[in-house]
Amino acid sequence: MMTGFWKLTWVEIKVFMREPMGVIGTLGIPVLIYVMLGRVFRDRPRVDTPQTVTLNLPILAALFIAVGAALSLVAIITIYREGGILKRLRATPLSPLTILGAHVFVKLLFTVVGLILLVFAGRQFFPGAIDVNLWSFTLALLLGTLSILSVGFVISSIVPTARFAQPIGSVLLYPMIPLSGLFFPIESLPTGWRIVANMLPTTHAVGLMQGIWDGAGWGAHWGNVLGLVVVFVVCSAVSTKAFRWE
Amino acid sequence: MIDPVIRVSRLRKRYGSTVAVADVSLVVHQGEIFGLIGPNGAGKTTTMECVEGLRKWDEGDVSVLGLDPRKDARALQERIGVQHQEAHLQKRIKVWEAIDLWSALYPGVVDTEALLDQLGLTEKRNAWFMTLSGGQKQRLFVALALIHDPEVVFLDELTTGLDPQARRAIWQLINGIRDRGKTVFLTTHLMEEAERLCDRVAIIEHGRLIETGTPKELVQRHCPQRGVVFSSEGEGVQDKLERILGIDNVTCDEKTYTLQGTGDDFVTNVIHAIATEEIHVTGFRTELPNLEDVFLKLTGHRIRD
Repeated sequence: MMTGFWKLTWVEIKVFMREPMGVIGTLGIPVLIYVMLGRVFRDRPRVDTPQTVTLNLPILAALFIAVGAALSLVAIITIYREGGILKRLRATPLSPLTILGAHVFVKLLFTVVGLILLVFAGRQFFPGAIDVNLWSFTLALLLGTLSILSVGFVISSIVPTARFAQPIGSVLLYPMIPLSGLFFPIESLPTGWRIVANMLPTTHAVGLMQGIWDGAGWGAHWGNVLGLVVVFVVCSAVSTKAFRWE
Repeated sequence: MIDPVIRVSRLRKRYGSTVAVADVSLVVHQGEIFGLIGPNGAGKTTTMECVEGLRKWDEGDVSVLGLDPRKDARALQERIGVQHQEAHLQKRIKVWEAIDLWSALYPGVVDTEALLDQLGLTEKRNAWFMTLSGGQKQRLFVALALIHDPEVVFLDELTTGLDPQARRAIWQLINGIRDRGKTVFLTTHLMEEAERLCDRVAIIEHGRLIETGTPKELVQRHCPQRGVVFSSEGEGVQDKLERILGIDNVTCDEKTYTLQGTGDDFVTNVIHAIATEEIHVTGFRTELPNLEDVFLKLTGHRIRD
């Protein structure tokens, strides 16, 4: 059934590209955040925040790409469910995994495109700012995104209608960004919040990306990798039970 | 006797505390158009979706083309074609892209250009789904249901919301499918559609089948009465008719006579009586019962109430 997978993936890519707001939201916003904040903080990619954490703007932008991908996934899945598109696709020989897998694949693909745009923007506006093993960083971002997407699947299982998908998704996903350790260290949080932060995929994604950015190997961040994998496994298991096709 | 294409026995399905299907048993034979008719919420769609393998049921047995839809859903999907009620596709998918995608999902596919042409969609092949009219969307869904030349076609409320012209075009198409030996299982709450299109119908109400048969059989069984209404300026018409026809249910209202009777010969007898008595008739029509009347008789309400 691989033919079906690639055909569906290709169709979803084209359909996504035809919706200007979606493209701007997932690809434009992270670049905009990066460039604008970069300007504000005097062309330095790293900014000292009052909490003495060094804010890494490219990682913030990358996190926005990942979270944006999950939000977009939630919107698409709920709209497709409400419109009976998921049900119609399920009434074909396509397996349920293929149908949802194609959407995940498309999101990961656009995550890479987003990152490429980010790198180009970086080279354009802040020469010399991005000096990192891009392959390794891309892989870290993809793993982080996959894990955050699995949270997206849980969210799309619980939101009642497509109308609520965007607000509920935003309320659940965006607060993960300030808790990710980008703005202030996780250690400085009260115990309760620290535990919450450590359960969030965003925290581990930031930890891993930050580590790769600073030149550390994957081995040094196996805890973050494990965290991302655990979130992915747990969320996938929950989705398998809770996912609604209609 | 060939095995039926679809066999449903004692089907039961609940959603929480709501019983959607209480007790449905039916068989559909190869090469017939079978219609499940009933009001919205009667259990038509749930029954159909259990048969299509899209829904698990609580009790009973279902077999389609010798397969169990619960266990062999994927194998079944290759051999059946479905159209869902009020379905959509991706807003910005083009007609040809949808056709192309569906073509990739099945082992064997018909000549899709000819199919689009037959459904009058050739001009729309580059149009986005969201720009299609209701009728065009429905025709596209019919195309997707037929693309792999399935043995059984399931159509759920196919012509709801279409104008009469589009409806007739689709009826013709469905007749064509049946004429090629395929089996069609459809649901509708339009009695005219059921009467014109279906070889056999089953009436469903509150999740139970209450009657099954050909439309003609059902009318004869439950509504055998025939009516003749005619106008005449003549004198003593009512007495003459009552004497000759031996019936007493002749009513007269402002020179318009209404006669009620039963049997296939009733209308002929009335015409004969009119001719024999040389009654001068200025208007004449028959009132024959239809499925709508059968439904009213069986359920006590109209289907759209």
